[in-house]
Amino acid sequence: MSLGESATPLGKVRGLGSAREGGEHWLTERVTSIALLLLGVWLIASLLFLPGLDQRTVLEWLHAPSGAIPMALLIIIGFKHALDGMKVVVDDYVHEPANNFALNTLLLFLAVGGGAIALFALARVAFGTIA
Amino acid sequence: MLVSILHRVTGAGLSIVGLAVLTWWLTALAGGNDAYAGFAKAAGHPIGIIVLVGLTWAFFQHLFSGIRHLVMDSGAGFELRTNKRFAILTLVGSILLTIALWVYLLEYRP
Repeated sequence: MSLGESATPLGKVRGLGSAREGGEHWLTERVTSIALLLLGVWLIASLLFLPGLDQRTVLEWLHAPSGAIPMALLIIIGFKHALDGMKVVVDDYVHEPANNFALNTLLLFLAVGGGAIALFALARVAFGTIA
Repeated sequence: MLVSILHRVTGAGLSIVGLAVLTWWLTALAGGNDAYAGFAKAAGHPIGIIVLVGLTWAFFQHLFSGIRHLVMDSGAGFELRTNKRFAILTLVGSILLTIALWVYLLEYRP
């Protein structure tokens, strides 16, 4: 039984558990949720304890690896968890196959596109020079 | 029931509004003084503050109801009274933490 499979071998023979990738998706949602628990608390604590939220202070915070690395993880895992969660909502309420596919594809494009924009902005801050 | 629905609503809100604000904030930060000033102005506007308070509450509510779901995934907490108590606790906890955080941010933060 590999990671994320939701049925035992006997259960599979009997037709129990997910027929497709449901087990993997289910587990990924939960693993990313635990990561986001830590990263979300980190973000809020950072915003509270920074000396200010002016541009210079925030730039210096995210220029340092101690700020940039958790923020990169927050972006990647946050967009992934959002995509997984929104897929559950779409699959629950949109049953017509073409509409379901269209909405899930739109969500995928939004998540990957949005994540790329956020990561690129972070990279400019992390690798750029602060004037 | 209510808490389960709120988990979805807050999750969708964080996914759409939360990630949009995060991305806007980061692009404004990378975009220079004017871009950051634009974001700061929007964030400091009464409507901006309402959105940010809403996101803070959504985060805490989703966090607590998420923990509740993880506990229930393990097969625990299904006894009716325990289940209800835990559900109410997520509501009280998220509201109290949101109030505490914003009172500190608006009144006491240097």
